[in-house]
Amino acid sequence: MKLLRKEYPLHLMLVPGVILTLIYAYGPMAGLVMAFQQFEPLSGFFKSEWVGFDNFTYVFNLPDFNQVLWNTIVISLFKMVLFLVVPLILALLLNEVTRRWFSRFIQSAIFLPFFLSWTVLGGVIIELFSLDGPVNGIVKSLGSEPIMFMLNNDWFRGIIIGSDVWKGMGYNMIVMLAAITGINATLYEAAEVDGAGKWKQMIHITLPGIAPIIILLGVLSLGNVLNAGFEQILIMYNPTVYEGADVIDTFVYRLGMFSQQFGPAAAVGLFKSVISLGLVSITYYAAYKYNNYRIF
Amino acid sequence: MHKPSLSRRMFIILNTLLLTFVTVVGIVPFVHLLAISLSSNTAAMAGEVKLWPVGFTMDAYMFLGEKVEFFRSLWVSIERVVLGTAVNMFLVFITAFPLARPNSQFKYRTVYVWFFAITMFFGGGLIPTYIVVKNTGIMDSIWALILPGALNVWNMVLMLNFFRTIPRELDEAATIDGAGYWRILWQIYLPVSLPSIATIGLFTIVGHWNAWFDGILYMNSPDKYPLQTYLSTLITAINSQMSSMSPEQLRAMENLSEKTLRTAQIFMGALPIMLVYPFLQKYFVKGMTVGSVKE
Repeated sequence: MKLLRKEYPLHLMLVPGVILTLIYAYGPMAGLVMAFQQFEPLSGFFKSEWVGFDNFTYVFNLPDFNQVLWNTIVISLFKMVLFLVVPLILALLLNEVTRRWFSRFIQSAIFLPFFLSWTVLGGVIIELFSLDGPVNGIVKSLGSEPIMFMLNNDWFRGIIIGSDVWKGMGYNMIVMLAAITGINATLYEAAEVDGAGKWKQMIHITLPGIAPIIILLGVLSLGNVLNAGFEQILIMYNPTVYEGADVIDTFVYRLGMFSQQFGPAAAVGLFKSVISLGLVSITYYAAYKYNNYRIF
Repeated sequence: MHKPSLSRRMFIILNTLLLTFVTVVGIVPFVHLLAISLSSNTAAMAGEVKLWPVGFTMDAYMFLGEKVEFFRSLWVSIERVVLGTAVNMFLVFITAFPLARPNSQFKYRTVYVWFFAITMFFGGGLIPTYIVVKNTGIMDSIWALILPGALNVWNMVLMLNFFRTIPRELDEAATIDGAGYWRILWQIYLPVSLPSIATIGLFTIVGHWNAWFDGILYMNSPDKYPLQTYLSTLITAINSQMSSMSPEQLRAMENLSEKTLRTAQIFMGALPIMLVYPFLQKYFVKGMTVGSVKE
């Protein structure tokens, strides 16, 4: 009782957060039971018919599903690799810039798209790559026929990947840059005395110095393999490029919201959550073990 | 200092050129958008506009001033940012405080931490969340945009980690002076954590301003759309128009304003962030490094 008296303000502070989390985070988890039901909105969870794994077999046998899964993995793997390589190169190059104002200016420019919404950026990209947009202007001036970028499956996938890297690269770049500035300066002085040039210094000091951060960023992004970028793709794609750009999340959205197939949609969602949770657990454990990374 | 070698100077020149190119790639799309919005509609439609307005006119912006939908959704966005940020920050603050107590002071700490942490890794997904929101009766109201994400666990963890850096002597002294937990929270932790609150608050504001998908999901009538959701309808209408022309889409196209007006609206949707961003950047950078690089 004494303990309760002492601790009750702490419990009280947690009440609003707990209630909201119960409703809006745990509530939907409970709703996942509909993955095993022939869910009818009017009957609700309790009266809908149980169908076991029928929804799963139904979805996995849909002709589009393999393509959707493949798209998801391809798009997110490309994004993952580029999200490490591009910011790394930029950070290394930027680190060689000695004039501070120039460095600041470049950082701001690269970081800017990160803060804008996909509606704004989607609008910008669609304008840029439209049939008589500036990109096609360049294509035409090189003597080729204009390309329908947004209606061509191969190009469109590239645009999805490229524009996401463009939006997000500033973030990882700044994280890496911060790691580079954290490297002990005496190491460089020692290397210079030993006659190592800038290139050698980069190979032997800078890269090993930021390797832990790069590994950490890579490991943490693994948990997102099945998130290929829902909001981005939803705003930029159109039926013509479903084949190359439809990913699990957009597929679930159309399945649930437009065809009202709640059961199958929840089944795909559950499938995705379970795989993501597995990957997150593995990578989190790895990050903890090799880099002693903890979040709380 | 010795004089840099020839290859070093070559590198510096190349590096400067390359980075300038990257910078241009970062900024030019927005310049292009601005140029279209300031051009005459015929020039914009014909695709003559590159980086400089052709047939300069402010017509699109003048017309925007009379566009009811734009201002209505702008108002929804402002409401959402103000209300949403207040709710988010309050919850982050009062939730992080108990969880930052040492186990000796708060016996159930670990239980609560896992209760919240699990939601970061596992969720119900789109459809079940939609049904829950629907069943709680907040569809079509601003609360549907605020409550489901009201407690951002990631921000809470950032705040919690910041609280733990506050010297324990501070609240020990306060406890001896007879202050309870609530008093310690508001009168000691609040003023001390202003930098952290600023960082998380700014991320929250940007998040609320930029969110658009929940508007589509939870608002049944377009006059309740926040600005970014409204903009998304302009863009997706254009996009589906390109591939197929069903009667519904054609009708949507009729309501759709010309190219210059559309770009003007997109630009206005980005403007607030473009304006404040240079001033906020240093906070963001600091907050990010705190959040992602930890031993």
